[in-house]
Amino acid sequence: MNEIIFFINKVLISGAAIGSVYAMGAIGVTLIFGILRFAHFAHGDMMTLGAFFAFALTVMFPQAGQAIGLPTGFVMLPVAMLLTAIIAVLLDKTFYLPLRNNNVSPVVMVMASIGVTLMLQGLIRLFGGIEARYFFFAERKDIFRIALPFEDASRKIVITEPQILLFLFTLFSVFAIHYILNKTKFGKAMRAVSDNPDLARVSGINIQKVTIVTWLIAGSLAAAAGTLLSLDVSLKPDLSFNLLLPIFAAAIVGGVGHPYGAIVGGYVVGFAETLSIFNWAIFLRPFRDSLPEWFELSSNLALVPTEYKITVPFFILVVILIWRPTGLFKGKVI
Amino acid sequence: MNTLLTGYKKEALIVSFCGVLIALVFANFGSAFGLRMLTEIACFTIIALGLTIQWGFAGLFNAGIMGFIALAAFVSMLVSYPVNEAFWQSDFSSQLGWVFAKLLLGVAIIWGINSLPTLRNRIKLRRLLVVIAIAITYLVFMQNLAPVARGIETGAGFIGGFGLPVWMGWIAGGIVAGILAWFVGHICLGLRSDYLAIATLGIAEIIKAVLKNADWLTRGTLTVSPLPWPVETPGEIGFIASRAQYLSVTIVIIAVIFWLLQRAYSAPWGRMIRAIRDNELSSAAMGKDVNGRRLEVFILGSVLMGVGGAALVTFNSIFDPSGFLPLHHTFLIWVMVILGGAGNNTGTLIGTVIVYIVWVMSEPATLWVFEGIKHLGLEWFAWQVPNDFDSRALQMRVFLIGLTITLVLRFAPSGLIPEKIREH
Repeated sequence: MNEIIFFINKVLISGAAIGSVYAMGAIGVTLIFGILRFAHFAHGDMMTLGAFFAFALTVMFPQAGQAIGLPTGFVMLPVAMLLTAIIAVLLDKTFYLPLRNNNVSPVVMVMASIGVTLMLQGLIRLFGGIEARYFFFAERKDIFRIALPFEDASRKIVITEPQILLFLFTLFSVFAIHYILNKTKFGKAMRAVSDNPDLARVSGINIQKVTIVTWLIAGSLAAAAGTLLSLDVSLKPDLSFNLLLPIFAAAIVGGVGHPYGAIVGGYVVGFAETLSIFNWAIFLRPFRDSLPEWFELSSNLALVPTEYKITVPFFILVVILIWRPTGLFKGKVI
Repeated sequence: MNTLLTGYKKEALIVSFCGVLIALVFANFGSAFGLRMLTEIACFTIIALGLTIQWGFAGLFNAGIMGFIALAAFVSMLVSYPVNEAFWQSDFSSQLGWVFAKLLLGVAIIWGINSLPTLRNRIKLRRLLVVIAIAITYLVFMQNLAPVARGIETGAGFIGGFGLPVWMGWIAGGIVAGILAWFVGHICLGLRSDYLAIATLGIAEIIKAVLKNADWLTRGTLTVSPLPWPVETPGEIGFIASRAQYLSVTIVIIAVIFWLLQRAYSAPWGRMIRAIRDNELSSAAMGKDVNGRRLEVFILGSVLMGVGGAALVTFNSIFDPSGFLPLHHTFLIWVMVILGGAGNNTGTLIGTVIVYIVWVMSEPATLWVFEGIKHLGLEWFAWQVPNDFDSRALQMRVFLIGLTITLVLRFAPSGLIPEKIREH
């Protein structure tokens, strides 16, 4: 029984947590992919930036959380989201819009976004330093231990308050995205631009406004994902580089330009990561005595050693590119 | 005649500017430092020429140059580092041989299943069997490798090298980088252009992770040094003479590559590549194998990156997997190429010289500026700077590299020396 609880803690809960973060990042990437038609490499740093805004606000108003009974970082999240969304729009105005007006190829846009990545990275490290920071410096991180009603279960299911908030927020943002895309005028315009930009333009859709809305959504989701992830673990400036590959993998797995696909892709990548670094030998341990002599039980039966975790999203990416380049939900290939 | 002169006036100006920069460095920092910088520039030039083929000739985005450099440097180290007798005399050498023999057997079985005649028409069954075979091979390999790797690490340290001449190592490094490029290009080149960027970025991180953690192979964070040189080492004939020799070796390599590239650029092959870059549809309509040509270019460029990377790391004389940084080994090279002028070999050369000198000089310059800020801050606002102020100040260079990329793309997309479009 304890083995199953261990599995739930190590695979299901952490997979769902990291999967939610990937999903929120991938929604933004896939929207930008669909509407502006380039891979936005600066997305990881927009997440870090959002998290830093939240952290700075937490340092400024450390008491704000206690008034409501939630972690201060989470209370500050809407402000951080707003700030990051505004920065995203400004970045587009200063760096991407002039290039779009010059009609450059998507690859040049990708390059420009790498330039933006480096600029953001430089600024974040200049002002934030390079050490890891913790949101819970003034308050206590609530950790819930849930005991299961079984006799032989001595371990407990462990879930932290930031993880619960992360799940709830992901759920909320999925519904919000669904509502925006299907019920509002802007959402319909976004889908039209994503399907056929020329047709959308001649039928009177204001591409400029659609672009701004896209950046607002992508920026605020990036800030939320970055903040919630750093609430759960810690805030590191090199967060972004480790997130970038899984997020792209998630967006491509789900089908580029396909927000629901990106959500699925995020969880696929998240669970694949936790499943492959999980030590499967734990399940064999109870049967240790009844195993045959020749079967020597290794202490570590993880599919991928933890230090090679980054190969998992890459492997998923390669497999999907070989077998189904359109992704699970038929995204855009060109 | 007059137009020809004005056409080259800008080039002449820029070249003499480079000359002045180099002379200033020699005058201020001495010839040992100057030669070291020039040799590094030469190595970076080989890498940048590789990138200018990929990006300038064919418009392929390689965001993982670091991976190709690191892999080639490792292969070069493996080939040329002196033989580790302790490893070859221990039992682990034969055990390691067995592990790899099993891996080969597994690969042979996978290949056999894939080309079995009875399965040719049952695609789903074949795929399933191949996946199962790959999974079993992988698991058996990992389980067998782990104890052997641990044994090597506790006993002999790492497997050492083969003790072959250094030039063989460089060539081997280039070839392995080319094989990696074939693998990546084969998967990504037929798809959206951004996918290549994502895949190369990923593979670079993976290669770094493997080199960093596979201690039995690379000594990981313990680093391998001193790497053997193709010329006499500073210990034998002094810094200046040996660096000058190394520099001349790399300059010969550059001269050969440069001559070949100039020939290729105006040859029918080069024209075809540029036609594909400028208008993919029409060249495909004229019967050119677009993806095949791109794969060619991608492999060729990566081979050059491999050779250059191997030369660079050999010159530094230390193989340190954690020393490979995306900023230094990918994006700096990007700036060299796009600032100098993509698709233009001369431009790349000049871009490399200018950008590398500015990069080297930017470290003391940034520290000096931030020292001033610190001083003023203390004097005017009694501002106590954080402890890691200097390391933070150096992050300013990351910002400047990014700013340069975006500004060049926006205001001078064709670089300092634009590619000359010849009309026929």
